[in-house]
Amino acid sequence: MCPGRDIALAPHQARPATPPLLELVKAAASTTSSAETSPRPDIPGPDDEGPLYVARRKIYPQRVKGTYRTIKWTVLLVTLGIYYGLPFVRWDRGPDAPSQAVLIDFPNRRFYFFFIEIWPQEIYYLTGLLILAAMTLFLMNAVAGRVWCGYLCPQTVWTDLFQTIERWTEGDRREHLLRDREPWTIQRLGRSAAKHFLWLMVAWWTGGAWVLYFADAPTLVKELATFEAPVVAYAWIGILTFTTYALAGHMREQVCLYMCPWPRIQAALTDEYALNVTYRYDRGEPRGSVKKSAALRAQGNPAGDCVDCYQCVYVCPTGIDIRNGPNLGCIQCGLCIDACDAVMAKIDRPARLIAYDTDINIRRRQEGKPARYEIVRMRTVFYAAIIAVVAAVMLYTLATRRSEGISVIHDRNPIFVRLSDGELRNGFTLRILNKSLERRNFVLTVDGLADIDLKIVGDTVTTGPMAVITVGPDQTYELRALVSTYSSLPPAASIPLTFRITDAKTGERASTVDHFRGP
Amino acid sequence: MLDSNPADQRPDFDPVTGTTTTGHVWDGIRELNTPLPRWWLWLFYATILWSVGYWIVYPSWPLMSSYTTGAFHWQSRNAVLSDLEGLKAQRGPLADKLAAASLQEIASDPLLNDFARAQGRPAFAENCAPCHGAGGGGGRGYPNLNDDEWIWGGSLEEIAQTIRHGIRSADADARQGAAMPAFGRDGILKRADVDNVADYVRSLAGLPVGANANLAAGKKVFADNCAVCHGDAGKGKRELGAPNLSDAIWLYGADKAAIAEGVWNGRGGVMPAWAGRLDDATIKALAIYVHSFGGGER
Repeated sequence: MCPGRDIALAPHQARPATPPLLELVKAAASTTSSAETSPRPDIPGPDDEGPLYVARRKIYPQRVKGTYRTIKWTVLLVTLGIYYGLPFVRWDRGPDAPSQAVLIDFPNRRFYFFFIEIWPQEIYYLTGLLILAAMTLFLMNAVAGRVWCGYLCPQTVWTDLFQTIERWTEGDRREHLLRDREPWTIQRLGRSAAKHFLWLMVAWWTGGAWVLYFADAPTLVKELATFEAPVVAYAWIGILTFTTYALAGHMREQVCLYMCPWPRIQAALTDEYALNVTYRYDRGEPRGSVKKSAALRAQGNPAGDCVDCYQCVYVCPTGIDIRNGPNLGCIQCGLCIDACDAVMAKIDRPARLIAYDTDINIRRRQEGKPARYEIVRMRTVFYAAIIAVVAAVMLYTLATRRSEGISVIHDRNPIFVRLSDGELRNGFTLRILNKSLERRNFVLTVDGLADIDLKIVGDTVTTGPMAVITVGPDQTYELRALVSTYSSLPPAASIPLTFRITDAKTGERASTVDHFRGP
Repeated sequence: MLDSNPADQRPDFDPVTGTTTTGHVWDGIRELNTPLPRWWLWLFYATILWSVGYWIVYPSWPLMSSYTTGAFHWQSRNAVLSDLEGLKAQRGPLADKLAAASLQEIASDPLLNDFARAQGRPAFAENCAPCHGAGGGGGRGYPNLNDDEWIWGGSLEEIAQTIRHGIRSADADARQGAAMPAFGRDGILKRADVDNVADYVRSLAGLPVGANANLAAGKKVFADNCAVCHGDAGKGKRELGAPNLSDAIWLYGADKAAIAEGVWNGRGGVMPAWAGRLDDATIKALAIYVHSFGGGER
């Protein structure tokens, strides 16, 4: 009884009644329990409520070779390579800006991503990225099931890496199983120590890479090595070392089975045409030994291709039996496909007894109809369209993003001021943004009233409707502007005023509108 | 076929998973009776153990007349104090500079000027806004600090002097000026004189007066009684705190009734001295901030 099976989906109506499922369940339970270190609760009897808590069944995933394993290796190398290496990629932004390609600069409230620099008020780019990420996940799910879980999820990638280390040090499944039953010898201690040391090294490196995204990487590495780095850096390295070691080394499939909401969400998102790692029971059943099946075939009786060798179960990183059907415990990494293909090749049967397929196709084949693959469906088109629209909007806004900006707030108290000679005045707080990496002079003008006098508090030079404001590189500048007029205004006047800044050198402009209020 | 298995004689047995269900059904969906992972249980116990740590390091148990203070001796009061200390340290050099600099030095240093305005804003909101309004807009009897009429002077030094010592306050250095007498109430002027002088004062500011207004009589009353403080042309005198009556700004209102009421009952606005309550740097910051409202004089 694996925990994954406890939370199985139940689209089993399609399953032929020939394989007595309970027999399978019992067989699987009894086979695996022989390999277990802790006793498993059996199927509850009539008066048994069942246990409240179950111990974790230790999983010894077997090494496997094949197409999907190669894909997983590639994804692992690429994703981990990006994660560990990206902080060291340099990007020249000039002398006044950091030269790190990807940097989250919290003290200065800036996010740098290659040629893009995001300010806190542009957090909507992050919203856009999150929408893109969500829609990409949905699209992946609609096309080929849990692609994220099986290949891309950090939990999967790091667990894969940690299991590989485990196989190096403790041996492959069979060896590890046998050794775990031996008494503790020096050799066993040594193997275990080596494993945990390597795990901790990877975990420590993972935490170390994390903090490099928040400060200049080469400098921080030097500081970390000479114990001059800020305490918070060491603290985060410690936290991430612990979480990586615990989650990838010890929790592994328990994260997917019990902690992660995504499997549950995907179960609600999926539909009958989504390709999933599927045991093609139309081909596989009735299962039997190679000899028995050959004999049945010779007599002209139906015989399945499944030889019940359990290779698909042994390689599974979450320890489930894919032959029980779609299952929340299945992260759909495709390793059982590789394992089964290897067996099929040996017994000279066609490959892909386990493959990316749908229950619909199994039924169609049983009815003698050709398989149907519908990648282009309402939902895949819809998800792709949303991705395209959001990406297009983001690209457009990024491409047309201005490097200057102005915002204005009208004084709330008093709304207007009557001066001693009868002149009317409104006070405004302006903020001028300079997102470029150069110091810039902006000409500030105010339009909207025939007779306008603009005064900048603290500036004695300005007269008339114009002022020159200097803003430092990558900075904002707040100033108080007083706009006054002798024009006679209608009662309760609210006249639109346009505040415009123009770069004195390049002529780039930005403007905003507020109102001139009167009595 | 599955039905023949003895294990599923129970109504709450689920043949797909091989486990029982809790018997709860929602819209035909049954809840599996899945046991919790044991590590979850250990984690639960671990959080209970962790909570014991709070008793040890933080204040927790009430005693007869006190409480257990915990190993960290943590207190919200101390936490705020240390936050304030941190803030002070952060402001350190600039705050020292502000305390040492003269008002003119602050005004001519853009960085110090910005810092003073930033310091002045919360101080104004805490101490001045109740009378003068959140943005210094004032109200009836409380001068608008944004405009360009200053009864007691609008230069940085004069504003600072007013804040420090107040107006007609108990402070020895407070400017007392001349409180306006209650001309009507004290029997100095008759009702008709008060009405006439009110009309005349409106005419000084160029405001319309009634057709039957006796401006000549009002002018005489003004010259005899008011001009000594407000000046012959009603331009006011700062050293006496007598406001300009000929401009567009009216502290108590420009209508005839408001002016007549002032003449009848007298006026004499009071502002408390802040020297003992606010430190000198704060008063300087307030002067800079108030000056920056836009009406400040050089």
